[in-house]
Amino acid sequence: MASDRAMRTETRASGRAEDGASTPLLDVRGLGVRFGDRRTGMEVVSGVDFHLMRGETLAIVGESGSGKTVSGKALLRILPKGASVSAGTAMFAGRDGRPPRDLLALSRSDMRAVRGGSISMIFQEPMSSLSPLHTIGDQTAEAVRLHTDLRGAAVRDRCLEVFDQVGFPDPARAYDAYPFELSGGLRQRAMIAMALVCGPDLMIADEPTTALDVTTQAQVLDLIKRLQKDMGLAVILVTHDLGVVANMADRVVVMRKGRVVETGTTEDILERPGHGYTRALIAAAPELPVGKPVHHGGVPDPIFWARNLSKTYAGRRSGIGAAAPEIKAVRNVELAVGRGETMAVVGESGSGKSTIAKLMLRAEEPDAGAEVGFKGADGEVLDVTALSGAALKAFRARVQIVFQDPYASLSPRMAVMDILTEPLRVHGKGGDRERRERAAEMMRKVGLSPEHLSRFPHAFSGGQRQRISIARALMLEPELLVCDEPTSALDVSVQAQVLALLKELRDEMGLSYLFISHDLTVVADLADRVAVMRRGRIVEEGPATLLFENPQHPYTRALIAASPEPDLSRRLDLAAVARGAGEPETWPEPFAYSGDQAPGLVEVAPGHFVRCAA
Amino acid sequence: MAAYALRRFWTMLWTLLLVSMLIFWIVNLPPGDVLTNQIQQLQASGEAASVSKARFLMQEYALDKPMWEQYLIWMGFWPGPHGFSGILQGDLGWSFELDKPVGEVVGEALWMTIALNAFAIVFVYLVALPLGAIAAVKANTWVDYLATFVGYIGLATPNFLLALILYHKGAQWFGLPVGGLMDKQYADQPMSFAKLGDILVHMIVPIIVIGTSGMAAMVRRLRANLLDELGKPYVTTARAKGVSRVNTVVKYPLRMALNPFVADIGNLLPSLVSGSVLVSLVMGLQTIGPILLSALRSQDYFLSGFILLFVSVLTLAGMLVSDLLLAVLDPRIRFSGRRR
Repeated sequence: MASDRAMRTETRASGRAEDGASTPLLDVRGLGVRFGDRRTGMEVVSGVDFHLMRGETLAIVGESGSGKTVSGKALLRILPKGASVSAGTAMFAGRDGRPPRDLLALSRSDMRAVRGGSISMIFQEPMSSLSPLHTIGDQTAEAVRLHTDLRGAAVRDRCLEVFDQVGFPDPARAYDAYPFELSGGLRQRAMIAMALVCGPDLMIADEPTTALDVTTQAQVLDLIKRLQKDMGLAVILVTHDLGVVANMADRVVVMRKGRVVETGTTEDILERPGHGYTRALIAAAPELPVGKPVHHGGVPDPIFWARNLSKTYAGRRSGIGAAAPEIKAVRNVELAVGRGETMAVVGESGSGKSTIAKLMLRAEEPDAGAEVGFKGADGEVLDVTALSGAALKAFRARVQIVFQDPYASLSPRMAVMDILTEPLRVHGKGGDRERRERAAEMMRKVGLSPEHLSRFPHAFSGGQRQRISIARALMLEPELLVCDEPTSALDVSVQAQVLALLKELRDEMGLSYLFISHDLTVVADLADRVAVMRRGRIVEEGPATLLFENPQHPYTRALIAASPEPDLSRRLDLAAVARGAGEPETWPEPFAYSGDQAPGLVEVAPGHFVRCAA
Repeated sequence: MAAYALRRFWTMLWTLLLVSMLIFWIVNLPPGDVLTNQIQQLQASGEAASVSKARFLMQEYALDKPMWEQYLIWMGFWPGPHGFSGILQGDLGWSFELDKPVGEVVGEALWMTIALNAFAIVFVYLVALPLGAIAAVKANTWVDYLATFVGYIGLATPNFLLALILYHKGAQWFGLPVGGLMDKQYADQPMSFAKLGDILVHMIVPIIVIGTSGMAAMVRRLRANLLDELGKPYVTTARAKGVSRVNTVVKYPLRMALNPFVADIGNLLPSLVSGSVLVSLVMGLQTIGPILLSALRSQDYFLSGFILLFVSVLTLAGMLVSDLLLAVLDPRIRFSGRRR
């Protein structure tokens, strides 16, 4: 243990001195976690030290595999099967005034009293972290009965009180609701309510907002901050997102490969990072551009465009005989991708952004009246909606797609060579040798070695898999690439690399991109034009730099305000988020509308359109 | 919930109608059943009396009518030679082989079959549930290996072999009565408490024999399902709340793992019925299994048709029960028909 501590590099000794006055709430020393047994197992976390004062927020930052989540779970001793704490102490001084106790040495029943009582935890995916078979009230009340003397109606009252605190509009209804009846944001609020219902001293939040939309994330982060102040709660925030850290944390622990590489105040870490890894992390975090040259104007030479694009789905009938309600996923969208340019479509989940791509590629049929056109390098204009048979197949060879999840989109039973040559086989292009040579060439292009062609996808990391997906999309020499959230399943540093690769390929091969993302900051660098979508409609569209520097629509402003950045001088602007993140009815004039009464797009600057009443 | 149940019941009725058509078609498919043979012989003899008897038989069983009309008459949707008289009216038809009404042939065996299979299902669930749950929670320990071993033996042993073993050793070791479903002295007696008790004791061995392989398969499935569920995040949430180990398993993952378990009720029934034919033969049980077998062999189509229809009703009823139970257990299913 002592040697572990000696081995640690660049641990800043900040904080220790000023803490001398009072005992820390939690003091972790030499924490080690092992997977497997003592002889053959592997240490995934070792020599982790940190401490936490009452009411303080400590962020544990790192990428996947850094051991940050395991460290958090080790404190509560809820490690997954096969993992065990191998070393260290975690002295916890609860509110009860007893002398600090070592969490890692408590008996099982004492530990159960701590879990959910004085230390609670919330997780990344609020849907799968809540039991789908029990009501929110049932799951919350369980914690109350376990840790307090409250019984009967008093339990329910306590739950309702907390539901109100975490911002449920109708606590009584939430009590009887099942998780699948709530939106993602409300589900995470329910998790937070469950964690706070017994008034803990410490809450461990494991990537609490990673699965949420940016505007929802901003609101949930604000909620955690507010509750923390009200209840004197200490928070350990486990996250990969330095933007979230900048907005939440007092102090930061940076982890890499199971070890702490740097500790310090948020200000120190973000503004004067000591370790190279920390600097790399900060550099990789996507940021909104400032002061790039502005390209005014519309799309001069469109390669792929859509007009009057709508899609209506039949909803589920509410009863026998009742008419099925219509769900309008996309309404009257007009969109154009310029040749050699990147058109980004940005919106939160359910905004219809992915549906647009499906409609334009004819993976789904648009409503009648839609017009989709493609004008390839040969100068011939194709009416995509009228294509069928061989013409449609030929069109699909010219427009390829890169999917979101590189783990699901590559067949685990096919070697990379087969994955790459499959499109050529399907379209009957080239001979066997030619296909192999092309596969090798594409591997080099995306920065992988052709020697790895015989390997299977599981041998590659997430970022490498996404490179393979890109190589596959490029095999048919397409003119346009549709990228559907290609980086949202990746770590930030890997994301930055993949984005750089896409940019390089576009400029080198003269590609055009239709880039779909939920995150404005991701597209900021790559996109030439951006369309922001909300509820099936484009609310603002324009040249990227113009849109970022002079956003007009309240929803665009909310998205920008809600994007956390690792910059202490640019905190989340919650007022702006609140103004634009709600329903169209709640937007200020002249942007507000209700139901189908949306105003048209108005050109406020050359090529810059905003949906508002003129 | 009531609407859901009604809707399910409605679907079941339609399915049943379709199944009945299929069954009628299938049992009539092979040529040369008892009745046609008889009629052909009568006609071939050329005697006036025989020819007129053949004509009478043809009319009596509507054989001169087209197939669809025969079906409708059989079901009782259509007036036959004796007015509306089909299955719906309780007239199950005539067994040519045994020269008795089908209702009389099947009679008690019907209730015995229902009782035997119902008990077998209860046995399957009562044993498989704890065994599977323990095997999953204690995965890769000796408890798990023991449960797995018992499960494999149950799966691998043909149930007629198990029947033979218990047939010989059950009586010897445990003093359990074996063979038949009741003592000879009760055979033709009306139902009484003594008879009922005797039947129940006689059922113990058949229940074990019929249920073992289904039970073993279910233990394996429950273990696999529960193992999957145990790794889910909501289990971690429960642990993080400080819920005790046993309660964590019972309240959350076990209930999730129950879904396929409950959905199996419908699938279990037909396999039990058909699987128990051999066992019934070996052990001399008065269930409909052996009757169905001989009826199919001799192409006694009213008899086999009715038994097949009865098994279908049993299956569909099982499905209905499992659907309704699923809706009670799982709010996601309950809500799926409703607008949010």
